[in-house]
Amino acid sequence: MQVFDLEAQGLRALNATLHGLSGQTNETAWEIVNPRGSHAIAVGVDAPVDITVRGSTGYYCAGMNKQATIRVKGSAGPGVAENMMSGTVIIDGDASQYAGATGRGGLLVIKGNASSRCGISMKGIDIVVHGNIGHMSAFMAQSGSLVVLGNAGEALGDSLYEARLFVRGSVKSLGADCIEKEMRPEHLRLLADLLKRGEADHLAKPEEFRRYGSARKLYTFNIDNAAAY
Amino acid sequence: MCGIVGLFLKDPALEPKLGAMLTEMLITMTDRGPDSAGIAIYGHPVRGQAKLTVQSPEPGKDFKSLADDLAAVIGAPVTGDIKDTHIVLHLPADRLEEARAAIATLRPSATVMSAGEGIEIYKEVGLPKDVAARFGLEKMSGTHGIGHTRMATESAVTTAGAHPFSTGPDQCLVHNGSLSNHNSVRRVLKRAGMTFRTENDTEVAAAFLTHKMHEGANLGEAMEATLTDLDGFFTFVVGTRDGFGVVRDPIACKPAVMAETDQYVAFGSEYRAMVNLPGIETARVWEPEPATVYFWER
Repeated sequence: MQVFDLEAQGLRALNATLHGLSGQTNETAWEIVNPRGSHAIAVGVDAPVDITVRGSTGYYCAGMNKQATIRVKGSAGPGVAENMMSGTVIIDGDASQYAGATGRGGLLVIKGNASSRCGISMKGIDIVVHGNIGHMSAFMAQSGSLVVLGNAGEALGDSLYEARLFVRGSVKSLGADCIEKEMRPEHLRLLADLLKRGEADHLAKPEEFRRYGSARKLYTFNIDNAAAY
Repeated sequence: MCGIVGLFLKDPALEPKLGAMLTEMLITMTDRGPDSAGIAIYGHPVRGQAKLTVQSPEPGKDFKSLADDLAAVIGAPVTGDIKDTHIVLHLPADRLEEARAAIATLRPSATVMSAGEGIEIYKEVGLPKDVAARFGLEKMSGTHGIGHTRMATESAVTTAGAHPFSTGPDQCLVHNGSLSNHNSVRRVLKRAGMTFRTENDTEVAAAFLTHKMHEGANLGEAMEATLTDLDGFFTFVVGTRDGFGVVRDPIACKPAVMAETDQYVAFGSEYRAMVNLPGIETARVWEPEPATVYFWER
């Protein structure tokens, strides 16, 4: 286990050290202490390593992550795991706005609540939130899955493309072109897998969720709407 | 971008440390607002007594004999406490409005920053650490306080454009964001008799609350009204003699974190501002909901 004291050693040294790791490294387990809400912790890691942050983080923690498993033993500020490519990011507490924004792959797990714009413009990432999510979540989401064990705020999935949204609790309102859809066996199988990987299979069953997706009327060109474009 | 910090103490044992705690929080928020900094600090009101905080670009000239000159005009004892470019004048509460008006004649280049029973406002251009040191914020005590670090977007970097803004007795407001309809709201408020010192959008928000309360709204109702009448981005933190309030616009893109323990309620634009508060490890920490008014009163 490599221990890095962020307060003593500094952010640039931390990220430079983590960027120096490759798939061949023997230093596969890292612990970051004294994060004290700092910004950009463990951004741009590209190695199959396990990183644990002991405390809460500020803006953009674990952004652009590739391969690494990053756990935050606290809450995360805005933009956690933004544009993640692969790997896993697990937040024990809450996440602030635009968690997982534009993510292209990997898995983001938030064990508390996520606030507004969770999964905005997601492009392949899977996000599992144990609590609630705020307004405008999955706005213009293109692909990947968003699973919410609690409730969703206003305008869920506004201007949605092909991302799959699963909510167990209430949805305050659906955004433009987002509709409820039938839950078919393949969706239940997908959900069962996501709940298991999202450390939530002991908390909820796939059958308890409702599925939401795009009505495909907004992003598909329709000649009858030409005057409105 | 701007930084906001706030502390509302529940435990009187922390009151002597209010200035020190707020100063540390304020300096942590320097990255969010290096242009100017300001603080409103509230002490226990003394029965029958009031305070005027006055700022001057020429404190050496303006503050010399100001307390005596003011005492002669209002016919009551006045004492003054000079802190760099600011002076706190202590006087009988029933002469507060008279004294406020007299300052304009006695010292035309000076500005009344705040008036009331508990409030003192200090603000200047410069890095938060320098502003805090000039006023000796660290040594101040009190029951609650609000601080602001400014990155100017809507008006010039001047002392008058720094936050907090105070437009009514013991009232103050700080703002992170920018209002888009402040000119039209200012015109409406001017017709209703409000006066303005700057072209600043935040001053309009402060005056809007003062006007609503003057019309009979309580602070909670006035803060609710910002959600329908003010357009733009905002996280507001508001102080009154006995209270402390927070409201965010419905889009809520301006950050906000709150923490509460048995000893205090704290506000920070970021969690980073609160990491040294006592008991923060076990505090209830949360992000205030959009379009929701939060308010604490003693």
